[in-house]
Amino acid sequence: MMPKLNASNAVAALLCIALVLLPVYSAITGNIFILTLFTRIAIYALAAASLNLIMGYGGMMSFGHAAYLGIGGYAVGILAAEGIGSGFIQWPVALAVSALFALLIGALSLRTRGVYFIMITLAFAQMAYYVASALSRYGGDDGLTVYKRSDFAGLINLSDRTQFYYLCLGCLFGGLYLIWRIVNSRFGLVVQGVRSNEQRMQAIGFHANRYRLVCFVIAGTICGLAGALLANNTDFVSPAVMYWTRSGDLMVMVILGGMGSLFGPVVGAIVYLLLEELLSQFTEYSGLILGPVLLLIVLFARGGIMGLLGRMSRG
Amino acid sequence: MYLVVEQLLNGLQFGLLLFLLAAGLTLVFGIMDFVNLAHGSLYMMGAYFAATFVAWTGSFVLGALLALGATLLLGIVLEYVALRHLYGRDHLDQVLATFGLILFFNDAVRLIWGPAGLALPLPAWLTVPVQIIPGVYYPAYRLMIIVVALAVAAMLYLVVMRTRVGMLIRAGASNREMIGALGINIKLLFTLVFGLGAALAGLAGLMQAPILTVQIGMGENILILAFVIIVIGGIGSIRGAFMAAIFVGIIDTMGRAFLPDLLRKVLSGAAASTAAPALSSMLIYLLMAIILVLRPEGLFPAAKR
Repeated sequence: MMPKLNASNAVAALLCIALVLLPVYSAITGNIFILTLFTRIAIYALAAASLNLIMGYGGMMSFGHAAYLGIGGYAVGILAAEGIGSGFIQWPVALAVSALFALLIGALSLRTRGVYFIMITLAFAQMAYYVASALSRYGGDDGLTVYKRSDFAGLINLSDRTQFYYLCLGCLFGGLYLIWRIVNSRFGLVVQGVRSNEQRMQAIGFHANRYRLVCFVIAGTICGLAGALLANNTDFVSPAVMYWTRSGDLMVMVILGGMGSLFGPVVGAIVYLLLEELLSQFTEYSGLILGPVLLLIVLFARGGIMGLLGRMSRG
Repeated sequence: MYLVVEQLLNGLQFGLLLFLLAAGLTLVFGIMDFVNLAHGSLYMMGAYFAATFVAWTGSFVLGALLALGATLLLGIVLEYVALRHLYGRDHLDQVLATFGLILFFNDAVRLIWGPAGLALPLPAWLTVPVQIIPGVYYPAYRLMIIVVALAVAAMLYLVVMRTRVGMLIRAGASNREMIGALGINIKLLFTLVFGLGAALAGLAGLMQAPILTVQIGMGENILILAFVIIVIGGIGSIRGAFMAAIFVGIIDTMGRAFLPDLLRKVLSGAAASTAAPALSSMLIYLLMAIILVLRPEGLFPAAKR
């Protein structure tokens, strides 16, 4: 499939180049802050991209996606606190636990549809939030400090700013590539078919919920990876990452960028987090501007930023 | 035994408060098919208005009434300026827009009232304990919440079931397009319903204010509870919201009060003290998950569309 040259693809390509070259810019100007900011952005972009897989392509409006950020993070944090510092153990555990959680809540949640699905995923995420708050051995409400970042036996040093940035960026690109392959595979086409007409897909012999569930688990696992990265980035994990407003943030990034477009969530994460950061630099009350901006985007820019670009290039 | 009675009353009081919040949410949801995350912000605004007006006027009742009017007005303005353009849009668009409103209201409150919480002191006549049955005393204020909320619930029932406006509301909940086609001014009806929901949320906020601190983010926790209730009760059903609210209020309160002791009997001390707070906070979400798995339409689904 040869990507066509249009405004949204051009933006995506430019974005990738800019993200890859960012550490060079940071090294030349000595601006370390921008590197740490974009490390965070890359991690959230990965989480948003995984949410986009189920929301945009699968039609599953999960309002509990931040749970995986916490689960991946706590897997790293708890293992580190118990003296297991190796990333080769921490990360697979983070992915496996996220996948297991997704399998469990997915199997139950997918019995419902529409608003009920939104609410039940929210309920499960809230449960995960309260479980984490009760882990008094691991900091409870206050959260858990990760004193040492995951150790990859000299292969890569996570405490090095540039190396860690490229690791996050690599995970983001890897995740996007995986999602792109999934979306264009037979499996992905079935999932999208189920989104647009479930009954028809059932009638021609596809077990709709089984496809949905697998897609749900894949998305959860990818977001678990983002969680593991996030815990390493902040050296800290707390129940607050799983609170429902965090899931709301992820949803905002996806919708803002453009649901159901591969690069939409990346654009959404960049715009949302940059806006938040810029606004917080000249006003303490960033929500006063950010809130109405979101409202205006919904009212006047359907399909998010990528949708807007798509319309522009069609003229 | 006395403790059980007291906790049951606490549960009932909390449940009724949740009902006030959930009633507005379920009406707006059921009639306009509108997901309003900012409903919790209206609850918060009700509490802040009350704290301000009570301090200004020096009278609790007068301040509360002014706060109620202010929230009603705020709801109507909000609906007129922004939210009415979102009816008929995708639920996700509504989530995004009203999520933006939460951000806006939280920072607006921080700007106006400052980051520290406010206290809403009670007048002396509401702080005395009342003897409800021999030997059992209960705070007068909590008793008043129960009475007011029950009265409002009864009034709501009468309005919805016995008046012309109520008939239109019910008709709107079962078929929106049809009542529009029959020449009813839906825009006005929607604004009215939204204002009513806002006032109910404000009432819940201002009544809860003296018990808890008035603070930023107070609406976010309770909003999710209200959503849980309308989902358990069946979206669009006021009766369902009422039953589910009482149910959730009592289960949540009883769970917090008695679960730790129960767990200590089964588990070892350390395990129980870890599990108890998590389990009692999770109880209602667990309940909702079970109900949704077994009855995906809620317990009392409104009439089929």
